Amino acid sequence: MPPVPRNPPAAARPKYVDINLLNLPIPGLVSIFHRVTGVVMFLFLIPALLFVLQCTVGSEAGFDRWKSFFSAPLVKIIFLGFVWAYMHHFFAGIRYLLLDVHIGVALAPARLSAKIVMVAGLVATLLIGARIW
Amino acid sequence: MVKRADRTPVGAHYGWQDWLAQRVTAVIMVLFSIVFLGFFMVKGSVSYADWRDLFHAQQFRIFALLFLLSVFYHAWIGIRDVLMDYVKPAGVRLTAEVLALLFLAACSIWSVSILWGN
Repeated sequence: MPPVPRNPPAAARPKYVDINLLNLPIPGLVSIFHRVTGVVMFLFLIPALLFVLQCTVGSEAGFDRWKSFFSAPLVKIIFLGFVWAYMHHFFAGIRYLLLDVHIGVALAPARLSAKIVMVAGLVATLLIGARIW
Repeated sequence: MVKRADRTPVGAHYGWQDWLAQRVTAVIMVLFSIVFLGFFMVKGSVSYADWRDLFHAQQFRIFALLFLLSVFYHAWIGIRDVLMDYVKPAGVRLTAEVLALLFLAACSIWSVSILWGN
């Protein structure tokens, strides 16, 4: 009997990791953005928002100081970056809640809803941007 | 007689509880987000008096604290999932998890002091 062919040991096999996000299907892009925005909000948005809340609710002087700080264009742009993170996480999360109850699980509706999430996150950010500018 | 196999992979059934908690907290956050955005839409321009009155209303303080605690619990489950996926050495992961938990516990206490402290 001929020897059974065996796979090469794991270490010898080439390992290929495609890290180009553009090669992901849209649901994959929604997924990784959901993750990244979650981590970014955990690290930066939670402490920043609590700090701003403390200053603005605490005194009128604090409120005015932050109001003038938020009038700077660079601050508005950074703020809108966080708004997009929140909005993308928000809509992607609603999509996952629907998938959890078996709504839109098939490939075509899942791809469509992923596109809707991407667009909704951007549109919500633009609307809030128009509102604060 | 056929007995169903117990397929519980780990003790205490903790997995589905966190999974469910992450979704329940998400729904609370969606509701708060809508109310909070609605406040800005109704008010147009928010003055200090509007802002202070909003956060002095007891019902809103309670709703805001529910929202913040939901954020912290939701964030803990999410961060734990991310750490389990990417950080393999047990010591490093445990350290990161403890730091995340301490941070979120501190944020919870800070939230109460902000909402009721002034």
